[in-house]
Amino acid sequence: MMIYGTALLAICTLIGISIGEELGSFLGVKANVGGVGFAMLLLILTTSWLIKRGRFRPLSAEGIQFWSGIYIPIVVAMSAKQNVVVAMKGGPAAIVAGVLGVGISFAMIPYVNRIGAPKDALPAKLEEVPTENMR
Amino acid sequence: MIELLRHTMEANGLLTAFVVVGVMMWVSNWISKTLTGGRLHGSAIAVFGGLILAYVGGVTTGGKNGITDIPFFAGIGLMGGAMFRDFAIVATAFGASFEDLKRSGVSVMIALALGITVSFVSGAGAAYAFGYHDAVTLCTIGAGAATYIVGPVTGTALGASSEAIALSIAAGLVKAIVVMIATPHLAKKLQLNNPHTAMVYGGMMGTHSGIAAGLQATDPKLMPYGLMAAAFYTGLGCLVCPSIFYFILLRLLP
Repeated sequence: MMIYGTALLAICTLIGISIGEELGSFLGVKANVGGVGFAMLLLILTTSWLIKRGRFRPLSAEGIQFWSGIYIPIVVAMSAKQNVVVAMKGGPAAIVAGVLGVGISFAMIPYVNRIGAPKDALPAKLEEVPTENMR
Repeated sequence: MIELLRHTMEANGLLTAFVVVGVMMWVSNWISKTLTGGRLHGSAIAVFGGLILAYVGGVTTGGKNGITDIPFFAGIGLMGGAMFRDFAIVATAFGASFEDLKRSGVSVMIALALGITVSFVSGAGAAYAFGYHDAVTLCTIGAGAATYIVGPVTGTALGASSEAIALSIAAGLVKAIVVMIATPHLAKKLQLNNPHTAMVYGGMMGTHSGIAAGLQATDPKLMPYGLMAAAFYTGLGCLVCPSIFYFILLRLLP
């Protein structure tokens, strides 16, 4: 059933956000410390555990893939509700922030690429990552 | 009749939001295909469209919540709210596997760590230079320079202002567009013609839409490799930006 996948996704998200909340109050900051990251970690671990045991049906996967497929539209909606009028004055900062990082990152690729060759050869063809969208 | 439809759409805001955003995606993909020959991914155009819509909403209503201050578009606030956003972003991790990551070797992990750090530091540094000096805003814009996903997630987690979150989206959008356009031109120089380099590239860049469009234009066969690294980049970014990086910023700032 598709809802199994969606339910699992919801459990992982809820637990992850709770961990972040708890970590925030433990560390004494008013913040959710890494909650979404923990949730992603949980989802990867639980789904690969289930898949390995053959307990995760393709239909359950669809209950997750739908949500990953519409994340760009959700980001579009999120963008449309921000206070862009006030943010305009920071526009140049955003442009420099974006460009600077990419420039340095591109320059570093050849050096990082040379560190340690892969242990085993990579699989000739990876499964299409389900985050693929916009088709 | 039109009045009735308008009333129904206002009463069912979330459904109206699906229609509005769906149309925006369609228009963006059309612009991407016909005007840019696919070089600029539809996703980047759509996110830009979202920011423009927010600007229009802000100017016409004088409010703080972009287009959602207009009652007809209120449902966009629910669709783009933290709950759905976090839910959808967590879902993008599905399909990534630690075994594939391990198999790809240590250089991909170094690329991931280095990629996030470099983008965060240059983003936060740029924001500091332009006069933003509080840790929450700096952290949000720095995270946005990683990707336009990591930025808003970090901003919401830290309770940043909508202005800071908008800037983080803009920074991530600029990054995605630069990656889209630059990748095919730099591919030869970077020897971006094999799965291993594609994963290192994905780990350094991390922006999903930028990598998807960049590799599409370079060699579509490399896309799954770059995108898998990008999935880990998003996860790692959402993990370290509103935690370790934020604490470091708190320490560094007076």
